[in-house]
Amino acid sequence: MAVRKSAPVINNIPYEEFNDNETLEKLIDELNAGGVNAAVAPLDKLIDWGRSNSLWPLTFATSCCGIEFMAVAAARYDMARFGFEITRNSPRQGDVLLVNGTITSKMAPVVKRLYDQMCDPKYVVAVGGCAISGGPFTKSYHVVKGVDKILPVDVYCPGCPPRPESFLYAMMQLQRKVRVENFFGTTNRKQKDPYKETIGFGSAEYAELLNQQEQA
Amino acid sequence: MSNKINPIVVAPEELHDKLAALKAEGYDFLECLTGCDWGEEGLGVVYSLTKSSTTFEMTHVKCVAADKENPTLPTVCDLWDIANIYEREVYDFYGIIFLGHPDMRRLFLREDWVGFPMRKNDCPEEKNAEIPTTNEDISDTRHKYTLNAEGQLVCEDSPVFAEDAYVVNIGPQHPSTHGVLHLRTAIEGERVKQIDPHLGYIHRGIEKLSENMTYPQTLALTDRMDYLGAMQTRHALCMCIEQAMGIEVSPRVQVIRTIMDELQRIDSHILFFSCLCQDLGATTAFLYGFRDREEVLKIFEKTTGGRLIINYNMIGGVAHDLHPDFVKDVKHFINETMPRGLKEYHSIFTGNVIFRNRAIGVGPLSKEQVISYGCTGGTGRAAGWHCDLRKHRPYAAYDQVKFNEITFESGDSMDRYMVRLKEIEESCEIIRQLIDNIPEGPIQEKLKPIVKVPEGCYYSAVEGSRGILGVYLESKGDKSPYRLHYRSTGLPLVAALDEACRDYMIADLITIGGTMDYIIPDIDR
Ligand code: SF4
Repeated sequence: MAVRKSAPVINNIPYEEFNDNETLEKLIDELNAGGVNAAVAPLDKLIDWGRSNSLWPLTFATSCCGIEFMAVAAARYDMARFGFEITRNSPRQGDVLLVNGTITSKMAPVVKRLYDQMCDPKYVVAVGGCAISGGPFTKSYHVVKGVDKILPVDVYCPGCPPRPESFLYAMMQLQRKVRVENFFGTTNRKQKDPYKETIGFGSAEYAELLNQQEQA
Repeated sequence: MSNKINPIVVAPEELHDKLAALKAEGYDFLECLTGCDWGEEGLGVVYSLTKSSTTFEMTHVKCVAADKENPTLPTVCDLWDIANIYEREVYDFYGIIFLGHPDMRRLFLREDWVGFPMRKNDCPEEKNAEIPTTNEDISDTRHKYTLNAEGQLVCEDSPVFAEDAYVVNIGPQHPSTHGVLHLRTAIEGERVKQIDPHLGYIHRGIEKLSENMTYPQTLALTDRMDYLGAMQTRHALCMCIEQAMGIEVSPRVQVIRTIMDELQRIDSHILFFSCLCQDLGATTAFLYGFRDREEVLKIFEKTTGGRLIINYNMIGGVAHDLHPDFVKDVKHFINETMPRGLKEYHSIFTGNVIFRNRAIGVGPLSKEQVISYGCTGGTGRAAGWHCDLRKHRPYAAYDQVKFNEITFESGDSMDRYMVRLKEIEESCEIIRQLIDNIPEGPIQEKLKPIVKVPEGCYYSAVEGSRGILGVYLESKGDKSPYRLHYRSTGLPLVAALDEACRDYMIADLITIGGTMDYIIPDIDR
């Protein structure tokens, strides 16, 4: 096999920065301490705390990474410790869509639909090389080169498959993200109200529609 | 030992008669069917037939379609049930139309896909650049093509489901289909009347990718196909390339590979048990299974560095030498962890009344059916077919060990379940015989820097976790394969699902599917 002379250079976040979680934590505290409404802040904090500690994943696995996900859910790694209590089988009940495995062209509309069916607030984690960029199959004619082509992604978790530890790390990063979502918003913002655009916000028709919905 | 094959070349007109004659001779198991684009020579198919009685001799028949643009070949659906789905696969990839085939639809790709990706001159990337955003319209019509008196193609349409059928979609996102399998199920009340499997949600084009890779690179994709048979799949490809190049691996490597294969088999069967329990609602048993599976993964990890995707076998040897703790760990596993685990599995699940009622007599497949459908592995052996390649076409170190081939009679869900649990014991037995005398020797043969396989066609098969895993390799003497085809272990199982589930309850579909034990990425490749 050919040996490459110089090691490939990857432009990336410096390693130290990548691991530096304390700064992030401090940032969160600072943000929480300063400048927010005294009455609402504790409430927001409570909501975010609750939300971040009860993220329920949707069971969604297309291939190999899914098996590692099962191992994470099982006794040894036990993701319930972090509040990812159980996986839900219905997108209506899931909070976070873990994209475990390769997404093919044929699967893409299905994933999109699952995502659309999930209720706000929702999060997406791309687990494994395949979901990030197509992984070992990027050159294939039938593979979507990264799930971020079709969905907004919150956290990327590299590996092929990621080790359970890195999987848990990715989930904890997501928790951190959820805790500051008041300040930065989320990647998966509320979906646009479909009526707003078609009917026109503020028009009489729209007000009537709202009225109808409230009464129903 | 060489694995070179010299297929008998037959003209399309004589194909059906020739295959029927071979079938009458005893070659009654269609092991593999490989489509190929031979460039100038045209498009065609290689049929690999096997004697399903104990000898397991093989013969190969090659047939090239006359027309290059619109190739047609006669169907052999009437001889083997499995030919139906195999021919659909070839149609999907190469656009070869099988005359008289009742159901010429695409198998893996979307119905609005343009072109036939495996043809050498097709550029699927360009023709299908957009990621589809709309849901696929799944058509309900079958096409049957025949030639009329003037030699023109005529298409005859018929509906997939009966007019008044009530069709339920199970999948592609369903927790009990073990991945992204889509079963369109026609039901009457609670009873399943017909299943139309819709595949391809995880078709990654591995075979086409391999054609542009060097041989060592192709190895990387095997682990990702059937990830619970990662060792065995890779073993199959390595073995095929080694035998084709005439490389003898050392006895040490043979023994290491055998032990690893068996560990992988245990891993796979434990996962089978866990998932089946989970699907049937027994979560505790799932946790028990995974607890023991972690032990296998720890052993793998120490030696190879990988848990699930292992990348261990290499052309001419293995990647790393065994970890110093290997023997100790394996012994502990087979002598303590596994016997204790099995005892628990039996007491917690096998004897469970609910499970027994849901499994005994549910979804039986007869011996004739499994041979015709080509369901090998546990599913075949549960129906009484002696199809264990480790016994009948021994490879690696399997000729040095004594073990029993587990078979049952009735082929129902209970038997399919028991076969696997009993095979765990046999695998432990095999490892026990080998673990104390792993011979010394090199772990890697010296190879030229660029691996080139001499021109020709080669076929090798191993006994994977869920059946016969074959590798068909065609080389033009280059550093990458001209055609690489894997005999999927799961495709026949899904094809047989329709027959096995008919007239059972829709809840039994979960039991039957679970005990069949298929892995979707291995089906779709
Ligand atoms: S990233 Fe690797 S392990 Fe995960 S689905 Fe892709 S190939 Fe499989």
